[in-house]
Amino acid sequence: MSEPITHHPGFLKAMNLGSPQTRELGVETLEVGEDWALLRVPYKPEMVGDPETGVIAGGVVTTLLDHACGQAVMARLGQPTTIATLDLRIDYMRPAEPNQSVYARAHCYKLGRSVAFVRATAYDRTADDPVATAQAAFMLNSSSTRPRGAA
Amino acid sequence: MTPSAEAASRAEVLARIADVPYARFLGLRLELAGDEMTAILPYHDRLIGNPMLPAIHGGVLGALMEMTALAQLAVSRSSAGQGGGLAKPIDVTVEYLRSGRPVDTFARALIKRMGRRIANVHVEAWQEARGAPIAALHGHFLLPSES
Repeated sequence: MSEPITHHPGFLKAMNLGSPQTRELGVETLEVGEDWALLRVPYKPEMVGDPETGVIAGGVVTTLLDHACGQAVMARLGQPTTIATLDLRIDYMRPAEPNQSVYARAHCYKLGRSVAFVRATAYDRTADDPVATAQAAFMLNSSSTRPRGAA
Repeated sequence: MTPSAEAASRAEVLARIADVPYARFLGLRLELAGDEMTAILPYHDRLIGNPMLPAIHGGVLGALMEMTALAQLAVSRSSAGQGGGLAKPIDVTVEYLRSGRPVDTFARALIKRMGRRIANVHVEAWQEARGAPIAALHGHFLLPSES
């Protein structure tokens, strides 16, 4: 059996480039597994949220985590499907280190017929010292003229 | 503080936040009507997450509401004569209600409780109609310590 298309890092990379927001941020998919994805956003001066410390804005980490969660769902689905975020809860543990990339590893731990559940961790050095953690739920096949949830 | 000095100090607080690099990257505008603040995110192509729909990236909506909460906290603290500095998010829950269309987005925050160290804030974002929000956020924020 051939490998599902969404398991090719090239597929998710193309998705990142096709999304203007993640392209602007420089979000990159580094690795994809059966039900997980590892993403990175580089440090950029224009993404700073606190000019005094040079710490990257919480909003950048929010976007990275949302995106990583969505890609973990894609990975588990195995094929491109329209999905929409229902909710996203983020706990911020500490500021990210200035001049450091931030990584996010997301795991889709349950895939139902209509809903997928995901957990994710954002970190700058090692995964056991997180910057933030997230928990999200996604609706699957969310295609209508005005779908509920965000893309 | 005299009323005009108070208004000036609020406006200054907002100008400082809108000048944060990430707020400029988003193109965020902050407008005051008395002590009520509205955040405006003018539509721009680079905010799009899904070009097929097209829809504004969910992360951007989360970021917009987070910035709205931080700005409203700074305005309210300035009105109360409390020092500057931005609060820090501790946790936020974002609910996505409708997809963000390629038009301008607005957001307003309501401070549910302002304690000494922690504030609880609710935010709603909308586009065409205030009564049909596209997303909501509620979260806890750590207030800057008094110095």
